[in-house]
Amino acid sequence: MEPIIKVSNLTAKFDSTTILSNINIEIFPKQITVILGKSGCGKTTLLKNILKLYTPSAGTVEMFGQDITKMDEESLETILQKIGMLFQNGALLNSLDIYNNIRIPLEQHTNLPDEVIDRMISAKLKLVGLENAEKMLPSELSGGMKKRAALARAMILDPNILFCDEPSAGLDPVTSANLDKLLLKLKKQLNMTLVIVTHELASIHRIADHIIFLENGKVGFSGKLAAVMQSNNSDIKNFFASGKF
Amino acid sequence: MKTKYILPESLDKNSVPQVYEQCSKNEDLLYLDFSRVVSIDSAGVALVDYLKNKIPQLQLLNISDSITETMQTFKTELVPETDSRKENYFERIGEKTVEFAKSFKEALFLTADISFWSFISIFNRKGHRKGAVVQQSLLIGVDTLGIISLLSIILGLIIALQSAAQLRQFGANIFIADLIAIAMVREVGPMMTAIILAGRSGSAIASEIATMKVTEELDALRMMAINPVRYVMVPKFSAITICMPFLVIWSTAIGILGGLVIAVFYLDLSVTAYMTEIFEVLTLKDILVGLSKSIIFAWVIVIIGSYFGLNVEGGAEGVGKVTTKSVVVSIFMVIFFDVIFSLLYLGG
Ligand SMILES: Nc1ncnc2c1ncn2[C@@H]1O[C@H](COP(=O)(O)OP(=O)(O)OP(=O)(O)O)[C@@H](O)[C@H]1O
Ligand SMILES: [Mg+2]
Repeated sequence: MEPIIKVSNLTAKFDSTTILSNINIEIFPKQITVILGKSGCGKTTLLKNILKLYTPSAGTVEMFGQDITKMDEESLETILQKIGMLFQNGALLNSLDIYNNIRIPLEQHTNLPDEVIDRMISAKLKLVGLENAEKMLPSELSGGMKKRAALARAMILDPNILFCDEPSAGLDPVTSANLDKLLLKLKKQLNMTLVIVTHELASIHRIADHIIFLENGKVGFSGKLAAVMQSNNSDIKNFFASGKF
Repeated sequence: MKTKYILPESLDKNSVPQVYEQCSKNEDLLYLDFSRVVSIDSAGVALVDYLKNKIPQLQLLNISDSITETMQTFKTELVPETDSRKENYFERIGEKTVEFAKSFKEALFLTADISFWSFISIFNRKGHRKGAVVQQSLLIGVDTLGIISLLSIILGLIIALQSAAQLRQFGANIFIADLIAIAMVREVGPMMTAIILAGRSGSAIASEIATMKVTEELDALRMMAINPVRYVMVPKFSAITICMPFLVIWSTAIGILGGLVIAVFYLDLSVTAYMTEIFEVLTLKDILVGLSKSIIFAWVIVIIGSYFGLNVEGGAEGVGKVTTKSVVVSIFMVIFFDVIFSLLYLGG
């Protein structure tokens, strides 16, 4: 199978501090890849480098078979339209209510009539369990609600690849389990590829097809969920033994 | 002095200052007696660690297990300071110069970007939210109209009053109209409007964009394949370009009205004489120069606000810093461009 994302020799630095060095990752279509690692080890940094929000100090990122690190703006925008990203803090536009936040991509990238747009928005909000939040401002939502609203926005255009930075952080176990069900549905029914950063052990067991474990700025392990459980790496063992770092 | 110090019953943040006082003065201190200590907190641990570090041969006596446990938990180790070499004066000047050149280049790129997309947006409305320009125009207009009116009338009054006494000496009363007209149209109107706009709208632009940057809203837009310059900055740019001429005309008119008050009540001119003189002395060129420079001022304010907003560093406190900076710099640049305009139209 051809990887849908291929990261080669990626190095990321802040000023002179190296956060990630020589990362090689392949992400396969229609799978849920989970990225694990201690808090502060560079998971968010990795996502942002893959998505060109930060410029990698070295290395290349291929998406859909094209190198995006050297790509011009226009082609990049075409690719970005096939991608959704849920930020760790949600990153909703604070000046707009939830409805208008989710509306942005629809308004900018499609010519859909308002009647269809409205239905799409309410359907997506229902999926994340926020039926009544359309008219609310981000500042009026709880942390977990913001996250879910942002997820609705990230998947509004049914992207081919969805990145989620800790989708279930701050959620109760029931909501978290529902969210996992949703992610699995997205994979199965829409053939979506998902790249998910999470610390929730339960969630990993429910959704992960493939695991990437970051350690000291490198890929410490990459493989199937079953294989990761057999690993001798002490940090990985600790992780699965303790549940959380 | 005694070599042994008996620690109090509870060595916590309340008793530590006193213990510190006594122990650090005591040159001969060799033993810390814990026999009375029943509780210790992290401040106490830090003090003991500090003393151990200061007096290598210091011994701890009669220490209980639970205290030892707490001491383990809060064990302090100072991270050794990495000694950074001090830069000399010339290095700092060099660095600042390079930095300045870099930010100048970035600001130019941003200007090009904003101008390009503003031009495009005249033909193609995609790229920003429906109604964003109208909303921004209202915000800028409503925000500043009151204060501009107030200051314009006051300035009109002051300028007229200051010159009235002089003009009266020569019986040149009617020239008050010429003076006010030229001053308001060419200088005071555009300049004062620009300075108020820099203070109110420029700072709002800088802080809004900086906040969007630190809360990753701009990154989020980027991920939705939306150009943040087009989505966020262009509507502000268009709005201020539309508003500025109206505000300047308004401010000028009000200023002239202020002059009228003095002309009528202090210089005994008639309203018609004053107004006729005003319209006689003003040329189309004066008005056009005043308006065109006010539009340049408006652009300077938006671009500087956006530039500082985009270059925010750190979190919430960074937002405050760049906001202040943007106001200072844009007022400075407004005056700078005013000088250039004055030189260009010297004698004209
Ligand atoms: N803007 C920045 N400037 C400088 N250093 C940064 C910046 N952002 C992150 N870092 C550093 O990069 C490292 C990795 O941060 P990152 O946010 O990627 O961690 P993470 O794995 O996502 O952690 P968490 O699980 O807590 O979200 C951290 O050591 C952090 O100090
Ligand atoms: Mg993170």
